[in-house]
Amino acid sequence: MAFFVDPIGFIIFWLRGLLSGWGLAPGVVEFIMDALGVIAIGSFGLGFTIFLIWVERKISARIQGRIGPNRVGPYGLLQTFADIIKIFTKEHITPRGVDVAVYNLAPVLSVMAVLLLWAVIPLASTVVGTEINVGVLYIVAVGSLGTLAILIAGWSSNNKFALLGAFRTVAQMISYEVPMVLSLLTVTLLARSMSVTQVVAAQDVWFILVSPLAFLIFLVSSQAEMGRAPFDLMEAESELVAGYQTEYSGLKFGMFFVGEFLHSFTVGALVTTLFLGGWRGPGAEQYPILGIFWFFLKSFVIYFITLWLRFSLPRLRIDHILDYNWKYLVPLGLMLVVLTAVLDKWLFMVNPAINPWLRALAQLAMNAGLFLFANFLVETRNRRKPLRQPVGAPRPVARPPEKASITEKAA
Amino acid sequence: MLNDWLFVGVFFLLAWIFPGVPILIARFLSPNKPNAIKNDTYECGVETVGDTWVQFKVQYYNFALTFLIFDVEIVFLFPWAIAFDQLPIFGVFAGAIFVLILMGELLGAWRKGALEWA
Repeated sequence: MAFFVDPIGFIIFWLRGLLSGWGLAPGVVEFIMDALGVIAIGSFGLGFTIFLIWVERKISARIQGRIGPNRVGPYGLLQTFADIIKIFTKEHITPRGVDVAVYNLAPVLSVMAVLLLWAVIPLASTVVGTEINVGVLYIVAVGSLGTLAILIAGWSSNNKFALLGAFRTVAQMISYEVPMVLSLLTVTLLARSMSVTQVVAAQDVWFILVSPLAFLIFLVSSQAEMGRAPFDLMEAESELVAGYQTEYSGLKFGMFFVGEFLHSFTVGALVTTLFLGGWRGPGAEQYPILGIFWFFLKSFVIYFITLWLRFSLPRLRIDHILDYNWKYLVPLGLMLVVLTAVLDKWLFMVNPAINPWLRALAQLAMNAGLFLFANFLVETRNRRKPLRQPVGAPRPVARPPEKASITEKAA
Repeated sequence: MLNDWLFVGVFFLLAWIFPGVPILIARFLSPNKPNAIKNDTYECGVETVGDTWVQFKVQYYNFALTFLIFDVEIVFLFPWAIAFDQLPIFGVFAGAIFVLILMGELLGAWRKGALEWA
């Protein structure tokens, strides 16, 4: 019976008992359990990516009015396996003049950076890789490894397109890390803890209701961190061939994509954990398997929203992207941290045992006020000094000769 | 406490296997027939001119530097956020003033034109 209520926790408990029963030292048991946990998370991550690639192709097809993969297997489910077999047999071309060690490290690092994030995400009340007490900081630190992978891929490729992609990475992905860290700081403030499990435990009221601005900032900046449309400047196909991955081929190229697909779902998982109450839901306390279900349900909703954004919005210009970050998101994030801190302190001084819903309502009102104020500032600035319109002025255009043209005849 | 970090250590040791081993396997499965034209740097069919690692626009570097200032200083605020319940009201305002100084820094950089993409 215990197995059906909490299968993963049951297996962990059983394995630990089995290993201890063999008479191994507690340290060795711990090490073996950790290694098995890592292997489980890693295989799950890569296996899940195969499914995610199918999901993404199907959803993108539907958004663009196509059908998507539908030939290999039912609903095209086995399409990805066919693609994997193909990509395994493709030649690994190493161009002249690349920095070989770094060049080979980059695809490995890009997948590693995403997998490492899963170490601290709690899937259910009993299923979590590890409960380190600085989990949120760990997310920030490991999350920036992905940026590093793209940076060294572009730099080591000895290709000007790849290098330009890497430059854009520096300007964009690194910039968007600042508002992301600020929104994580707001979450830490509200939860009073950096441990991810504590953050989940603190969400009697989901943080999306307490601080919707932090949620929006996190969503936008992690979309930019993923490097997907509308922020896909580092691999802009129409300008830079393929950006940082121009010189990669075979499975090394594939690994960048594995990293990207898994990252977009991981962002869904992170948003769920930090803002949507993680695994919490009706019945999740008694039945951890329900917690896993709620967790994946919420993650897929956020994942779908990121895909929706990706396939609906065109690519932005780099100066617009940077302006939006440094002149809007960063000041907004800073003010959000200050106001959240002062308001929360005041609320808890007035009544130390304040109702969480009342606190959420006060914070929500503050968020709305701050958003309206920021909006007002942007509007005022736009009225005073309209946005630059570089293509507005009339320019010499090649015109057909004065004689009546074909179109006029037709008219 | 230490056991929690053991997991992260083991993860760092083992995580490279998941992308690394498939790449190694693919290396043995795939053909390997390099030739001079194939191994050329790709530049839409045109031969590449000059060194790749050239001087580039300083603007990229500006943004990286601004990022560094902000990221380091924001990380200082995490301990403040954790100790929030124990802080006296003075401590909260000290943190708030620290953030407002950061805001001033941002406005200063803005005024200087460090945030312009020119």
